[in-house]
Amino acid sequence: MFDKKELEKVARAKAEWDKEAADCEERNALFETVSGLPVAPLYTPADVDGLDYGEDLGVPGEYPYTRGVQTNMYRGRLWTMRQFSGFGSAEDTNQRYKYLLSHGQTGLSVAFDLPTIMGRDSDHPYAHGEAGKCGVAISSLADMEVLFDGIPLAEVSTSMTINAPAALLLAYYVAVGEKQGVDSKLLRGTIQNDILKEYIAQKTWIYPPEPSMRIITDIMAYCADEVPKWNTISISGYHIREAGSTAAQELAFTLADGFAYVEAGVAAGLDVDTFAPRLSHFFNAHLDFFEEIAKYRAARRIWAKRMKDKYKAKNPRSWLMRFHTQTAGCSLTAQQPENNIVRTALEALAGVLGGTQSLHTNSMDETMALPSEKAVLIALRTQQIIAYESGVANTIDPLAGSYYVEYMTNKLEQEAEEYFEKIEALGGVLKAIEKGFFQKEIADAAYAYQKKIEAGTRIVVGVNEFELADEKIEMDLLKGDPAVEEHQKKRLAKVRAERSEAEWKKALDGLRQAARDGTNLMPHFLACARAYATLGETLDILREEFGEYKETPMF
Amino acid sequence: MGRKRIRVLVAKPGLDGHDRGAKVVARALRDAGMEVIYTGLHQTPEAIVEAALQEDVDVVGLSILSGAHMTMFPRVRELLREKGAEHVVITGGGILPEDDIAELQKVGIGRLFTPGTTTDEIVKYIREAAASDN
Repeated sequence: MFDKKELEKVARAKAEWDKEAADCEERNALFETVSGLPVAPLYTPADVDGLDYGEDLGVPGEYPYTRGVQTNMYRGRLWTMRQFSGFGSAEDTNQRYKYLLSHGQTGLSVAFDLPTIMGRDSDHPYAHGEAGKCGVAISSLADMEVLFDGIPLAEVSTSMTINAPAALLLAYYVAVGEKQGVDSKLLRGTIQNDILKEYIAQKTWIYPPEPSMRIITDIMAYCADEVPKWNTISISGYHIREAGSTAAQELAFTLADGFAYVEAGVAAGLDVDTFAPRLSHFFNAHLDFFEEIAKYRAARRIWAKRMKDKYKAKNPRSWLMRFHTQTAGCSLTAQQPENNIVRTALEALAGVLGGTQSLHTNSMDETMALPSEKAVLIALRTQQIIAYESGVANTIDPLAGSYYVEYMTNKLEQEAEEYFEKIEALGGVLKAIEKGFFQKEIADAAYAYQKKIEAGTRIVVGVNEFELADEKIEMDLLKGDPAVEEHQKKRLAKVRAERSEAEWKKALDGLRQAARDGTNLMPHFLACARAYATLGETLDILREEFGEYKETPMF
Repeated sequence: MGRKRIRVLVAKPGLDGHDRGAKVVARALRDAGMEVIYTGLHQTPEAIVEAALQEDVDVVGLSILSGAHMTMFPRVRELLREKGAEHVVITGGGILPEDDIAELQKVGIGRLFTPGTTTDEIVKYIREAAASDN
C-alpha cells in the first residue's frame, strides 16, 4: 500500500526514533499481549509493507471480508444482543423468555442443564444434584413444549447451546413447530453442534468422534432440504479460550475444526455450497483489546480464502464468516466483582470493533453463581451504551489501516497457518485430538498464564494488585431451586405412562436400524421425539450402537 | 523430614467439563513435590471415593463448576466416612457462593477455594491440612 520511496523515508525516521527511544527508560511491565505475543513500542507502515488493499482487506461485504461480512454493517442493522439464559424447569425458563420477548428481544438463546447436555434424563442417577442447575432441564418433547409454550416459533430465532445431543434437540424444536403449525422450512436458529471442540476443550461429549461426525453430516444434509434457515453448526472457539488457550490457538483450532466439518460434509457426498452457508462461528472476547480485534479480522480472511481456494466453494455465502461473540468468563474476578462490568465493556467493545453479528455480555456476578436479574440488565445495558452512545457503530471497521491492528491481523493469520501445518502433520484434527495435541497446548498455555499472575508479572486488578484489605463481597445472588429435580421426575413418569408403547418402540427400533445401516438419522430422531421417547432413552440407543468416548486424563 | 510425600487425588465429580482449574492445580501440586492423581472428567462420588482408597491419598480435591457442589461434597464426605477413611481431607474449588461454603464447612469439608486463589495458597493449605491429620 506504500511506495518504495515512502517506505525508505519511514525506515529512516523509525531508525532515528529507535535511537531516541533507546535512551528512554521503560516502565517495569510486561509488554506483550494477554496471549504472550511480544508487542513493539511503535508500529509504522514498514510493519505492514506487504499489505495489498484489494487482496488482503477489500471492502465490507466483499471477499475476503476482512472488514466485515455485510455491506453496510452496523449502519444497516446493529448486532443482535443475544443473552444466553436458562435455569430450573422449563416453566421457569419459559417465564424468563416471555419477559425478555415482551421487552423487545427477538432472539432466544437456550442454556441447558448438564444432564441434558450429557444426554441423561433428569431422573438418571448421574443427574442427581445437577438437574436445572446451570441451565434448563429438558428430558423429552413434553419439556420442550412447555419451554416454548406461547412463543411463536415462526417469529423468533432460537440459538441452542447443545452439542452431543444437538440432533435430538433440533428434532424437539421441529416437533414443537409442527404442533404450532409452523413449517420446518420457516424455523430460524442455531444449534451449537460443535463436537470437535468438546473433545478439545469443553469436554461434554457422548459418542466417539467418528459416529459423532456422522450425526453432524446427517444434520447438515437434512437441514439443507428441510430446515434451510437453520445454522447447523456454531464452530466455537469460545470454550477453547476459556480452557486457557491463547488468541492464536483459539483462532487456529476453531478454524481447523471448521475445515474438518467442511471436509466431512464433502466426504459424505454433499456439495460444499449446500451446507457451508449455514455454518456459523462463535468466538471469545478476551481482555487484550487489539489482539482480539485482529483475531476476528484474521478469522474472516482465513475462512474466506480457504473456502474459496481450497474447498472450491462458489457461493459467496460459503466464503463469509458470520460469528457470535461472548465476553470472557475467565477474565472475570471474584474480587471487587463490580470491576467486571468494566472488563466486560472493554471486551464487548472489541467484539463490536471486530465486526461481530451477535453478542452476549457476561454479568458481573458470574464467578459466584448464575447471574441475578440486576446483573443481567447491566450486562445488556453495556451493549446498548456501546451501540447507542459511544459512536463506534457509525463507521465500518474503524481500526483498519492502524499499523498495529493490521500487523497483528497478519501475525495471527500467520500463527494460525503454522498451527494448520502442525495439525496436518499429525494427520488432521481427529488424529490430533486422539494424540492429545490440542488438550496439551491449551493446558500448557493455561499454566503459563497462571504462573505469570502468581509471579506478579501480569497484573489482575483486585486479585494480585490493588486488593482491598478484608474485602467483604455483598451481592444478591440467584439461588437454585432444589424442587426442580422432583418436578422433572414427576413429568418424566407421566410421559412414560401416557405415551403409546407401540409407537415408542417402533421409533427407537427405527433409530437403531438407521444407526446400523447408515441412513440419515434425523427423521428417526424426529420420530422418537413425536413418540415421546425420552432424551436418555433415545440417546442410549446410540450409546449401545456407537459406544461412548473416554478421554485419557492428563495434566 | 523423612515423611512420605503427600498424596492428593484431584477429582472432577459430576457432569461439567471445565477442567482448566483442576489441571492447573494438579500441575502446581506436582511441582510442589506432591504425588498427584487426576481422575479425569465426569466421575461419580462412588468412583472418586474408590480411587481415593485405592491410591491411599491424604487429600481429595474436588473441582466443581456446575452448581452441584451441595450434593457432591457431602456425598464424597459421607462415602469416605462409610469406608472408614474419615482422616482423608476434602478440599476443593469452583464457582461456590460464600453461604454454601460456610454450610459445607459445617459438615466436615476443609477449605474451599474460589476464583482468584493462587496455587501457592492451595499448596500451603494442603501441606498444613495433611500434616495436622497425621
